[in-house]
Amino acid sequence: MADKTALYPWHVEHGARMVEFAGWTMPIQYTTIVEEHHAVRTAAGIFDISHMGRLSIGGPDAFALLQKVFTNDVASMRSGQVRYGLICNEQGGVRDDVLVYRWQQGFAMVVNAGNRHKIYDWLLAHRAGMEVEILDRTLETCMVAVQGPRSAELCRHLTDAEVEELKYYFATTCNFRGAPCVVSRTGYTGEDGFEFIVNATRGIELWTELIARGALPCGLGARDTLRLEAAMPLYGHELTEEIDPFQAGLSWAVKLDKGDFIGREALLRRRDDPALPRRVGLQLSGRRIAREGYTVWQDGKQVGQVTSGTFAPTLQKSIAMAYVRPDCAVPGTPLVVDVRGHREPAQVVPLPFYKRPRQTPG
Amino acid sequence: MSPETLRYTATHEWAGWQDGLVVVGITKFAVEQLTDIVYIDLPTPGRRVTAGEPFGEIESVKAVSDLYAPISGEVVDVNRSLVDDPTRISADPYGAGWMIKIRPDPGETLDRLLTLEQYQRQIAQAG
Repeated sequence: MADKTALYPWHVEHGARMVEFAGWTMPIQYTTIVEEHHAVRTAAGIFDISHMGRLSIGGPDAFALLQKVFTNDVASMRSGQVRYGLICNEQGGVRDDVLVYRWQQGFAMVVNAGNRHKIYDWLLAHRAGMEVEILDRTLETCMVAVQGPRSAELCRHLTDAEVEELKYYFATTCNFRGAPCVVSRTGYTGEDGFEFIVNATRGIELWTELIARGALPCGLGARDTLRLEAAMPLYGHELTEEIDPFQAGLSWAVKLDKGDFIGREALLRRRDDPALPRRVGLQLSGRRIAREGYTVWQDGKQVGQVTSGTFAPTLQKSIAMAYVRPDCAVPGTPLVVDVRGHREPAQVVPLPFYKRPRQTPG
Repeated sequence: MSPETLRYTATHEWAGWQDGLVVVGITKFAVEQLTDIVYIDLPTPGRRVTAGEPFGEIESVKAVSDLYAPISGEVVDVNRSLVDDPTRISADPYGAGWMIKIRPDPGETLDRLLTLEQYQRQIAQAG
């Protein structure tokens, strides 16, 4: 029996197509993936992301525990700052990619839905001898993402937080109609935007208020095409227990000089291993989609495998992410993808595929 | 073509007689399930197709599916305009979205295919 978010009744009532995802029943689309995708690129869309795991980590040794399990550095974070990083196993493979929030008192962590129990257990297992309290707040709260160039305008006076003043990858506690709320300037679409966490009982109220302000409800389908254009990795596809952050192109989220952490020793060895496949972007010549598991070829030899692909609605191109032999990972390299027996020409291109236009001041 | 006069496969193709040929497309239901169609692969005229076997592929953002021939025969006409603009399929699945015309083998009929009523019942049960 899959879990349901607090917004589930709303989704069903409004004709969303529901699917099982990571143990949750989630909306994949309300209208069409392409329409929802364009709404986020040009205006604002909202996503029910309550399936994401929300952990709160407190106590005198919370800092030490995070430094031990997280590849990024928590020491340089200010209160209210949010940081992306990995949780690795001893072999340097990725157990999850997460966001860590630093508060005046303690920390919070947002983890992938499918890894929630795994990471919760991992934190418990590694806090031996430490004074840390870990609470899984997922079921009692609701998380809504507002994404798109109109996000700041839409979220003005939604809570008592000055959202326009909130810096990218910062968060603040605030108040939504009397209810405690957290808002962060984060997202998974490549656009400006905010993510709200409120008590589950207030979820529908927040959601419908955002719609009244002009946001379009978007499902997991558009979330996937948006993150793919922005070349953000998705756990279980670009990231697994066997792939390390360097292969994935996430070296910026690994601070080997911050002190010891789980996986560090293995990562020091793996960092410069010339044999490990690398994550690349592929652009296909035709309109066919290179889907997960399709093989990538050069000169009649298999050199890699696709991890995600789509027809990019903004770019109007067939794009994919793949892991390929390092000598084939240079942008410009011509490759071939086996699409159900058809040899489709592709080219390695720099990531991300899509970068939002810089806002000009004033 | 009018959905009432057409016959259907369990795999969501429709088929209907027109000037001694059988015109084939996919149903509105199939189009709604696929949404965001980005690519279609159709056979070239002259190719033989066999009832129940794939004659092409259709790809949406979400998934790729085979297209199954409702009847055996020879492909005599192909709607190439869909290749350049696959959105025509979703815009008008029973009209401008037709895919191929088949000259059926002697003795082939559409009788063993589903009627509209049977097809709608199947959709309702699956849904």
